[in-house]
Amino acid sequence: MTPVTPKQPETPKQPGPNLKAIAIISIAVGIDIFLSVLIAQWSYSWLPIQASSAAPYVDDLFSLETGIGAFIFLGCTGVMAWVVLFNRASKYDERDGEPIEGNIKLEITWTILPLLVVFAIGIYSINVNQTLQTLGPKQKYQLGTDPTAGLPADPTSSVGPIDVISRQWSWEFVYPDGVRSSELHLPVGERVNFRLISEDVLHSFYVPAFRLKQDIIPGSVISYSLTPIREGRYRLRDAMFSGAYFSNNQTDVIVESSESYSDWLNRMEREPLHPGLDPGREIYERRLAKGNKGWATVPPAPAPMVNDPGDPTAPHEA
Amino acid sequence: MTTTNYDARVLKAPHPVPGAPDNWKRFFSFNTDAKVIGIQYIVTALFFLLVGGLLAMIMRGELITPPADLVDPTVYNGLYTMHGTVMLFLFLFPILNGLNNLLIPTMIGAPDMAFPKLNAAAFWLVPVFAVVLMGSFFVPGGPASSGWWSYPPVSIQNPLGHFFNGEMLWITAVALSGVSSIFGAINFVTTIIRMRAPGMGYFRMPIYVWTAWAAQTLQLLGLPALTGGAIMLLFDLSFGTTFFRPEGGGDPVLFQHFFWFYSHPAVYVMVLPVFGIFSELFPVYARKPLFGYKFVAIASFGITILALIVWVHHMFYTGTPMWMRNVFMLTTMLIAVPTGVKVFAWIATLWRGRLRLDTPMLFCLGGLFNFIFAGITGVMLATVPIDVHVGNTYFVVSHFHYIIFNTIAFGIFAAIYHWFPKFTGRMYYEGLGKIHFALTFIGATLNWLPLHWAGLLGMPRRVASYDPEFAIWNVIASIGAFMLGVASIPFILNMVSSWARGPKAPPNPWRAIGLEWLLPSPPPAENFEDDIPTVINEPYGYGLGKPLVEDEEYYIRRAQEA
Repeated sequence: MTPVTPKQPETPKQPGPNLKAIAIISIAVGIDIFLSVLIAQWSYSWLPIQASSAAPYVDDLFSLETGIGAFIFLGCTGVMAWVVLFNRASKYDERDGEPIEGNIKLEITWTILPLLVVFAIGIYSINVNQTLQTLGPKQKYQLGTDPTAGLPADPTSSVGPIDVISRQWSWEFVYPDGVRSSELHLPVGERVNFRLISEDVLHSFYVPAFRLKQDIIPGSVISYSLTPIREGRYRLRDAMFSGAYFSNNQTDVIVESSESYSDWLNRMEREPLHPGLDPGREIYERRLAKGNKGWATVPPAPAPMVNDPGDPTAPHEA
Repeated sequence: MTTTNYDARVLKAPHPVPGAPDNWKRFFSFNTDAKVIGIQYIVTALFFLLVGGLLAMIMRGELITPPADLVDPTVYNGLYTMHGTVMLFLFLFPILNGLNNLLIPTMIGAPDMAFPKLNAAAFWLVPVFAVVLMGSFFVPGGPASSGWWSYPPVSIQNPLGHFFNGEMLWITAVALSGVSSIFGAINFVTTIIRMRAPGMGYFRMPIYVWTAWAAQTLQLLGLPALTGGAIMLLFDLSFGTTFFRPEGGGDPVLFQHFFWFYSHPAVYVMVLPVFGIFSELFPVYARKPLFGYKFVAIASFGITILALIVWVHHMFYTGTPMWMRNVFMLTTMLIAVPTGVKVFAWIATLWRGRLRLDTPMLFCLGGLFNFIFAGITGVMLATVPIDVHVGNTYFVVSHFHYIIFNTIAFGIFAAIYHWFPKFTGRMYYEGLGKIHFALTFIGATLNWLPLHWAGLLGMPRRVASYDPEFAIWNVIASIGAFMLGVASIPFILNMVSSWARGPKAPPNPWRAIGLEWLLPSPPPAENFEDDIPTVINEPYGYGLGKPLVEDEEYYIRRAQEA
């Protein structure tokens, strides 16, 4: 090292621990923990309404990881900010820094600690998976045959199985007593079983308010169960890219009381079938009217014939 | 020819001759000099950064309002597919191979790559598949439009039924890109193992060489899976096989395994060299040795091994059984450990250093800042229950752009500025560099930070239109994206004018330690030629006062006199 300049007085070697450094570090860590806890609390407001029994688990896990993440992020970037503010070399200062090449104890610590933290998060998440148990059996079938033949009913569900049929680009829900709907009506507080079916391409059954998503795979039927816990109207979005009008392939989930749910089923049984929601159709027709410009697409599948075509203009909560 | 200073033989030489007129022609020829090939790669890649960026700005223009009103949704789908493909296969892979070509031979004291002709062939495949890919814009039906994942069955629907269609050309281009990458990987790995300077044991190699080695090993292990999957996809599309078609008993999910077995490691192929760049630059601009050199070096291969056993985390909601999701969640989270080792080592390197905030350092600091953030959202995405909610939403889009642009591209810009004097022989303009950094950092943050919230609220990725509640996040993002477009102006100005008429660069303008800085700027065709220095110490000896090579004064003098 080059000789010490007079600007930097030699700090006398102190016997015992450096109390000042310990105090500064403790205050910094304290502020970091305080801010991280605040951010972790705040993170609940970044997520939609909790409308299924899975949502509180997901949000708690997210809040925990946001807290740990904020602690690490603020800690690391805090040090970076400190260094940038106070450890800059002046213009003509060509000296080197203190040549510290490493510190085995420190390096082992920052290998082991993250290992423990990720294992803890991992085990916590495995427990949540074990509790939710949304995914049932997945069974292959020959396209053109009845997809649902031989798929066992979910013994833990009291409602269903409701067949969720996804197409390019529409949704159709078929209830056990034969009612067909473009919107998904569910009774609150009861575990519902679905059979997820696609005959064309991959789709994904995604309801943000439920915090749940399951891909739908052509050639396979998937048994899927969940419990809505809050009444309301929520968005159901196709979350796996499914071609030209993928972004329009959305509908609503209506979670209602058991009474209005059975009332709805009874009314719909008497309704005749009419064409249901077909969100890609209008844009496709407009495109054809303009001379079929744009890049190639398959035409939309015919609109499903349903008892309840739903109301695409109704406002959704999440 | 008007110049008389140069012998005709020199002008025809297949390698750069500093100051010689007309030697730009070598950049358009089948040149076998790694330094020429490196610049060929980098300039080609930067051109395609502009192409990919232009596609992105049209997309952000479409997304600035909720309905699909700027372009038809089919066009939007083609744009986002081509944006991803161009950025990965025509910007990131080529530019990193360009840096490898410039840096690996000079850093290890080799005269050139192990297989110079294979090296040139690897580069010249890039324009070939670029033409195939860009040509797909002009075939009937338009380019591929099923995303860079190209998941069947949607990717093999072929609505018009033509044999030559966008998807077919896309698969061909990706397969050719794979061939080019394999050529490159064989070359880089062989060069690193066989051609190091005397005395340069593995634990005296610069970290950039370690990370390039780890990354190129991943290419060799992973690419065959993608190539196999792509060939099967091509057969399903064009020749009626049913590997992935459910009608014939095929399984579309099988393709996802082939695809991600390579394409997840591909992210590490791109990010590892950037870890190398951070490890090179922080010591130079903080004037301190790299903290924990051996840990950082070994952590690279820790990442290589883990990268090969995490691919199923892209398939947490495709019907993957619970035990498998749990296993892949744990392996994915484990990657936080070796990356954490690196991040902490860089921060410890900065601690109590004497920082110089030149443009390369600014890009490194910005890149590290963004990378810590992206690492945290990465652990969130590895967590099965969280991924089941935010997977395939804008949260993922934001996360991977925080890696791929806000970290990887930042590191690449840092590297370009840092090694610009070495390989062009000219200094860049610091002021323009700082403007470029400021615009890039603010633009990138505005672009991708807000979109995390759109994703948390449930906005799916790949949408041409969206519900109005997501509008605010998208407006901010689009402003950021346009700002990134503006950021390219000072960068281009700086590069072009500095290379043409910037001040002449000394051999070692940053007072950096490393074999490449013992060479003249720009280095002669065969680097050290027959006079290769013997390495006697670990790299990054800042402040230790130990010479890197035997007889260091001699090499410094030689470089200055050249």
